[in-house]
Amino acid sequence: MRSASVRVLVPALVLIAALLGWEMLVRFAQIPHYILPAPSLIGMTLWANLGSLAQSWLFTIKITVGALLLAALLGAALAALFASSWLIEVALFPFAIVLQVTPIVAIAPLILIYVDSTTAALLICAWIVAFFPVLSNTVVGLRSADPNLRDLFTIYRASRWQRLRLLLVPSALPYFLAGLKIAGGLSLIGAVVAEFTAGAAGRETGLASRILEASFRTEIPKMFAALVLVSLTGIGIFLLFGWLTRLLIGRWHQGSR
Amino acid sequence: MMRGSLVLEALGKQFDAGTKALEQVSLRVEPGAFVSLLGPSGCGKSTLLRIVAGLESSTQGSLRFEGDGGESQAPALSFVFQEPTLMPWASVFDNVWLPLRLAGRSRQQCAAQIQAVLATVGLAEFSKALPHELSGGMKMRVSIARALVSQPSLLLMDEPFAALDEITRERLDDDLLAWWRDQALTALFVTHSVFEAVYLSQQVIVLSARPGRILARFEIDAPYPRGDAFRGSPQYAALCAQVAAALRAGSEPR
Repeated sequence: MRSASVRVLVPALVLIAALLGWEMLVRFAQIPHYILPAPSLIGMTLWANLGSLAQSWLFTIKITVGALLLAALLGAALAALFASSWLIEVALFPFAIVLQVTPIVAIAPLILIYVDSTTAALLICAWIVAFFPVLSNTVVGLRSADPNLRDLFTIYRASRWQRLRLLLVPSALPYFLAGLKIAGGLSLIGAVVAEFTAGAAGRETGLASRILEASFRTEIPKMFAALVLVSLTGIGIFLLFGWLTRLLIGRWHQGSR
Repeated sequence: MMRGSLVLEALGKQFDAGTKALEQVSLRVEPGAFVSLLGPSGCGKSTLLRIVAGLESSTQGSLRFEGDGGESQAPALSFVFQEPTLMPWASVFDNVWLPLRLAGRSRQQCAAQIQAVLATVGLAEFSKALPHELSGGMKMRVSIARALVSQPSLLLMDEPFAALDEITRERLDDDLLAWWRDQALTALFVTHSVFEAVYLSQQVIVLSARPGRILARFEIDAPYPRGDAFRGSPQYAALCAQVAAALRAGSEPR
């Protein structure tokens, strides 16, 4: 399809043009690499340090994916609980909002004090940032079921379980997936920000630590190289959820095709 | 066939907010009858249907099903809404399967039954289609197939064809009458169209503006099948005029 290829080609051309412009700017203006490295130098640095960076990359991905899975599971479970009882929602929703509106950099140091394992602390931080969109979207989604269909389930004497499985869950699925798409980006942000706060060092460190470390040594090209990997992770998550959404609900849900 | 009659006695409904929807509605629907409830928008006719379906309760009077020897249980009933009300994620087949599925019957057990109902409504070829791939009229046919598949004895319909174009609506009216006769259904049909009520029913009940009270009852004494001959007859025109006059009288502000 023409529109599909245009959708890929045009941004790709813009990216190439921007990189070329950047490269030329650095070369002609003779900007030193410790201020702004050229894309070619960033590429070479990335290649040269791939071995050690890959280890950190894997760690960041582990935290991000772990937090995302927790956000999906706990967000959906909590949403189901909220949807089943008005009182539980009234009792707990304000606390979910408090967690959401408190900046993660403000809570992260506390969590790092209370939780022994740095990995677990990072996971908790990333989860706190990621879970709210899943929760609030799924709550709305579970309520979005067609009222007439609800009546129909009542007329045919559906059990609670049948109602949940055959009506509420499919109705909530588009909302849940939209929440997950936002949570994907947020869990990466959470993982990186928490690691900045933790200032972790040692074997088990992610890309944020590498960026910090490179910044202390003014290895600017290496900072950019790690940054490229963070961006690639975010793009990967975004594409993955776009694909998952089309796979699960693209056939019937308008706007997901 | 519904074994007992549906009997409403001095039924009234007042919502919690204080609005009165229905007042002193007394009505008897015999097994196998086709009865239409006709009234202006907001007269409580949909509320009446929902009370019969057990989706809402009345606040006054009583509703019961009367068998030969006294009170009998509520019959198996189906409900057709103004919108097709299909599950957008499920195929035509799965949508029609729903009532049987909720009763615990597997896909294989009822495959033949579902295909038969789809053939009845003229959608045998479309069992794998998704709702958004169908036209408005076809969606409504799926909705009716879903209502018929559980072999109800009482079919409740809430302005089912109001959103369809004239031609599609007339065809569905004719088909509905055929299905009603074939399956010995008892039909309670809510509409705001005088012509549709007179064309379909054995009895037309005219309700007043809110709170809905019964203003008039008309027996439509014409044999089935009714076709274009009936639609063009002087009897039909005269009945429509009478019913419309009664409706107009009840819609004027008191």
